Amino acid sequence: MPAKLPDHRGRFGAFGGRYVPETLMPALDELESAYRKIGQSGGFKKDLGYYLREFAGRPTPLYLARRMSEELGGPRIYLKREDLCHTGAHKINNTLGQVLLAKRMGKKRIIAETGAGQHGVATASTAALFGLPCEVYMGADDIRRQEINVFRMRLLGAKVHEVTTGSRTLKDAINEAMRDWVTNVRTTHYVIGSVVGPHPFPMMVRDFQSVIGKEARGQILKAEGRLPRAVVACVGGGSNAMGIFCAFLADGRTDLIGVEAGGKGLRHGATLAHGTPGVLHGAMSYLLQDADGQISETHSIAAGLDYPGVGPEHSHLKATGRATYVTVNDAEALDAFQYLSRTEGILPAMEPSHAVAHVRKMARRWGKGGAVIICLSGRGDKDSAMVADLLQPRAQVKPQ
Amino acid sequence: MSEISRVLEDVARRRRKALIPFVTAGDPDAATTEALLPALQDAGADVIEIGVPFSDPVADGVVIQASSQRALRGGMTTAKTLDIVRRARRRVSCPIVLMGYTNPVLRYGVDRLARDAASAGVNGFILVDLPPEEAEPARRALRQNGIDLIFLLTPASPGERIARVAARASGFIYYVAYTGVTGARAAVHSEVGASVRRIRKRTRLPVMVGFGVRTPEQARSLAAVADGVIVGSALIRGMEGVASRGGRVRKAAAFVESLRRGLDRAA
Repeated sequence: MPAKLPDHRGRFGAFGGRYVPETLMPALDELESAYRKIGQSGGFKKDLGYYLREFAGRPTPLYLARRMSEELGGPRIYLKREDLCHTGAHKINNTLGQVLLAKRMGKKRIIAETGAGQHGVATASTAALFGLPCEVYMGADDIRRQEINVFRMRLLGAKVHEVTTGSRTLKDAINEAMRDWVTNVRTTHYVIGSVVGPHPFPMMVRDFQSVIGKEARGQILKAEGRLPRAVVACVGGGSNAMGIFCAFLADGRTDLIGVEAGGKGLRHGATLAHGTPGVLHGAMSYLLQDADGQISETHSIAAGLDYPGVGPEHSHLKATGRATYVTVNDAEALDAFQYLSRTEGILPAMEPSHAVAHVRKMARRWGKGGAVIICLSGRGDKDSAMVADLLQPRAQVKPQ
Repeated sequence: MSEISRVLEDVARRRRKALIPFVTAGDPDAATTEALLPALQDAGADVIEIGVPFSDPVADGVVIQASSQRALRGGMTTAKTLDIVRRARRRVSCPIVLMGYTNPVLRYGVDRLARDAASAGVNGFILVDLPPEEAEPARRALRQNGIDLIFLLTPASPGERIARVAARASGFIYYVAYTGVTGARAAVHSEVGASVRRIRKRTRLPVMVGFGVRTPEQARSLAAVADGVIVGSALIRGMEGVASRGGRVRKAAAFVESLRRGLDRAA
């Protein structure tokens, strides 16, 4: 097993680091030292374990998708059921960790960005749990397509700020959250929702999400008596993927496959597949950018994958070849969404529908025998209105 | 000694305060910026900052965000910003500092940009998302080409960090008057004064105050506790809504002249 990354400068090989306005540097130092001291303490881990179990509902099952496996005629397919977590996605693993830490650091206010709304809902829920005020930045386009989550955040007591600048999606929601943090850094903790951002966020979010992989590895060994041939997860920023990958990094025979948004036509969110290295949102990583270094507009049917950056550790895993990154387009994801719903009785979120779609493509090529794990990072309720709109003529489903 | 240091020493020797206006390259077009630069110099600028537009300016408030967007829509790039400087050098002798974000610099290539910027007549860079910890390759390349890399300090910077940043800084220290984004609120001289004194204990570089400098009176009171002021959002906001190029240039020049008069009363 290689030395534990990141290094003391927050680097995963050539990627990561801290590219932020000077105002945030002391806050990042403070956060890193709090995470290393408080976050590693027995008391903190005990408390976090309690909330993960009693509040979030962990451990989540590793479920054998029997009908899907048989129908596809390949390996046995297991679903890591993060969709069964409280608030409907893996995001709560991270928000519990960060908000608990922020509370111990004496922070009085919580902010977050959100794309699909899952991280926003998880942050709002966790902030309510710990009695802290919470404000969430969300792109105007995402507010429109993930309306239910906006309502859920408000029910949970959070203030939702509509971001109308730039792409009006996740990228600009992060920009606005960073501007808020620069302004209110003394009192506020910014709960970044993925393994992106300046050090220590990519490390810290990965560590909080690593519970997915730890559980899944134990569960697959128990069920199969051996490791899976592949672990497949969708990658926007890449937190569910990092969370499940990190338990298998040393297992050279297990392929780690990240599935990015292939989008529609020339517009996509496939940062690792088509991007180049650069700096966005505080870290050196792969980016979608033009010849002048301006960040490109992206598109995905899944708001959580509609992002021109990616976590720096994924860039490192791509560079070393330990993980491979593939793309699945909007139509294939939409198809997989319906397929899993009908075949297994599970409505997946549009984000992990990309991972499901990739396994559908590959199952026969992999052949029978062995097992694969799909990280089913969230549930699809939030997407059902959009899917209904896409599948049926608008006039028929629009209530008067 | 760098050109920026030479000019700022001269300003100090004459017991004056430095005035550093900021405009975005290519807002709304290159010709406007080229007309603005000599006008700003004639209006009393000691150094001119030119913003290199970036799609995701996280340290900027609404005015400079909108300005960057206009520039990008007009097709402005890092290379075209250098062209503006190169052409402006026929009429502009004061130091020129490019201010922007890290990614376009990396994309251009740090070494190539340092060479091209030097030959275009750029004297300094401010990269707001490149703290000293990450800046060594850029600092080295720029220094080899006689260009200063200017670092920022803020009210949130603790003492040991001030020392660490100052040790690697050259040209001047850019002191950010409040925790926040550009132009978000008015800078307050009583808060700034104490911080500048803390910085001066740890460096002999001149300290320029930026973020939230809006009026001649405020510029004067801030400059009284520092070595000069940087004015960006207020200058750009003044030009918003002025239809003609000439009108924008006149408006900017008049505002900078008023700041100059305010500062000169402080000395």
